Amino acid sequence: MWNLLLRKLKMGNLTEKGGNSLTQQKSSKLPSSFRQSLQARHLDCGSCNGCDWELTALGNSFYDHQHLGIDFVASPRHADVLMCTGPGSTQLLMAAHETYEAMAKPKWVVAVGDCAVDGGVFKGAYASENGIGNVLPVDVKIPGCPPKPEDIINALLEFMGKR
Amino acid sequence: MLGLREYLQNFHSCPSVEIVEWKKQEGTVDVSARDLPEILSYCLAMRPRPIWLTHVVNDERQLERGFCLYLVLHFPGLDFSLTLVAKGINNEFPTLSSIFPALNWSEREAQDLFGLQAVGHPDTRSLVLHPGWPQGFYPLRKDYKRGDEGKQFKRAPLVFPEMHGDGIFQVPVGPIHAGIIEPGHFRFYVIGEPVLHLEAQLFYTHKGIEKLVEGRSIDEGLHIIERVCGVCTLSHGLAYCEAVEKLAKVEVPRSVLLWRTILAELERVYNHIGDIGNMCAGVGFAVGNANGSQSKEKLQRLNLEFFGHRFLRGMVVPGGVKSISSSKDCQTLLNRLLEIALDFEEWLPLLLHHDGFRQRAVTTGVLKPEDAVEMGVTGPAARASGIANDWRELHAYLLYPELNVQSMVEEDGDVWSRLMVRVKETRESFRFLETLLNEGMEKSEGTNEALIPFSSHKLSPWQPAWGCVESPRGTDVVWLMVDEEAKIYRCRIRSASYANWPAVPLTVPGNIVPDFPLINKSFELCYSCCDR
Repeated sequence: MWNLLLRKLKMGNLTEKGGNSLTQQKSSKLPSSFRQSLQARHLDCGSCNGCDWELTALGNSFYDHQHLGIDFVASPRHADVLMCTGPGSTQLLMAAHETYEAMAKPKWVVAVGDCAVDGGVFKGAYASENGIGNVLPVDVKIPGCPPKPEDIINALLEFMGKR
Repeated sequence: MLGLREYLQNFHSCPSVEIVEWKKQEGTVDVSARDLPEILSYCLAMRPRPIWLTHVVNDERQLERGFCLYLVLHFPGLDFSLTLVAKGINNEFPTLSSIFPALNWSEREAQDLFGLQAVGHPDTRSLVLHPGWPQGFYPLRKDYKRGDEGKQFKRAPLVFPEMHGDGIFQVPVGPIHAGIIEPGHFRFYVIGEPVLHLEAQLFYTHKGIEKLVEGRSIDEGLHIIERVCGVCTLSHGLAYCEAVEKLAKVEVPRSVLLWRTILAELERVYNHIGDIGNMCAGVGFAVGNANGSQSKEKLQRLNLEFFGHRFLRGMVVPGGVKSISSSKDCQTLLNRLLEIALDFEEWLPLLLHHDGFRQRAVTTGVLKPEDAVEMGVTGPAARASGIANDWRELHAYLLYPELNVQSMVEEDGDVWSRLMVRVKETRESFRFLETLLNEGMEKSEGTNEALIPFSSHKLSPWQPAWGCVESPRGTDVVWLMVDEEAKIYRCRIRSASYANWPAVPLTVPGNIVPDFPLINKSFELCYSCCDR
């Protein structure tokens, strides 16, 4: 126990500074009540798992999305934004629609990764759409294969008008 | 018992069995589909028992061979791989899954994607294609041209077994789960809290990658194959490149082998450490999870810094590796890895000595050794059930023979065993990386630039070739056939997750529903490379 505490003291705070400009506001399309805190729901629409792991990585001590007011919630009913990864695999589309429908308004859709933006390498596959934009109205696009965690954070902060 | 070759040569002294090729490590034998069950039974009775690498159906009607079935088995003691080829299948073949249940899914997949019937198969439900696709939609047949079938797809109810009795409930979960997870539908049949039976319906992320790569060049193919699975990117790419190099009959130089081994071990380390932390998330043990994800992030940052990609994408190319680091970089990389290894040993006791965590993990989700063998389970999941099947030990490839890899085995088959296998393998991998990077420091001059460009090699057309790599989740196999223009004719991806998923539902009955996330995380399978 003491060893672990000592280790923590030696290590210090790992979380990266820079995105923590809670007071600074720039222009944003979002209603003001969403600019400080954004609740996100992840939706895998046939991704290769890479983008999903980068979204998971946002929760580690280096990025710690919660200190920026961004959090992942378990239910679409609690979510403001739907973060979609993957090109939109056909067999999941109905469920994806239902997830979107279950969200309370106002709601936004973020396409995370090249596949979600335009189908990426999976463009033209028989059981896949060319990007989630064909199915849901996309508001923010984050390209990359997969986008790095800092790219995702930056895109979300920009969306919130914090950057 | 006769040796394998003698048995096949003397098979009913019948002309239907023909030994096409028999080398020291690989053999190809033409058989008729009718005789496959008998030959497979004979093979499975041999000791040590062979493992399956892949089962491929291919539409070769254009070559006047009908539909062909390729079954690749590996005989561990001999390090010999046998490809059984059954040509000229019209629309049905006798099932093998009643003899070897590991082939259950592959045969159902052949029914879905080729419209071939596996006669006598115990499960007639569709697998890869969910109910609701138009009639006569067999996308992997060569005469299929992409139409608007995707638009016509209407979701129909999934077919699950009925179960009746006092107090039996069904708990449907998914396909979309709470958290950042891939999609899959689970149907729990429960009495009170204990699970009686579990059905898993996967393939929600099925995109049709095996069809997509057909007709593509080798390089385009690699680009896609690397994206079959996010976290086993390198293993898939490497297995694909091995298959390509076999077709080109190219031997890669030692410096390339060295760097491929280093990359494969880096992938293992970041995955294993992440998975160890992730298991803590399965029981809501946040401190353990935080430490795991911290170390994983540090390792992925090393990947980015030294190899340009957090998931090591684009590092392996046919015939070589993209770049070879200088000896100064090797030294820095090694120092940083050793720091992370020390840090790992510092936080690990927190998990291993945590009573609450132990109580959740020990005796939970037991995979019986006999089930693991029958279902063809691979990777840490099999080794936790006492099966020493690490492909790095079974087969001489990359620099693993020199590293003298031993399968890390645990006996109990529960969540705790799967954790301990990963812990031991992580320690081993750090040790291997130290040896390998020390060699890298001495020999950073021998680069792959001296090689002739790979594109000048001619690939043998219409020949089957496979590549196989031990990924963090188990053995990944890529099977490849190209046409005369060196375009991909058929590529079959049998990932470790595909081999292991059918075994997961067997481990759940008897446990309570809240243990399922933990059991699932202890297997840590990927949905994407299973669904493709």
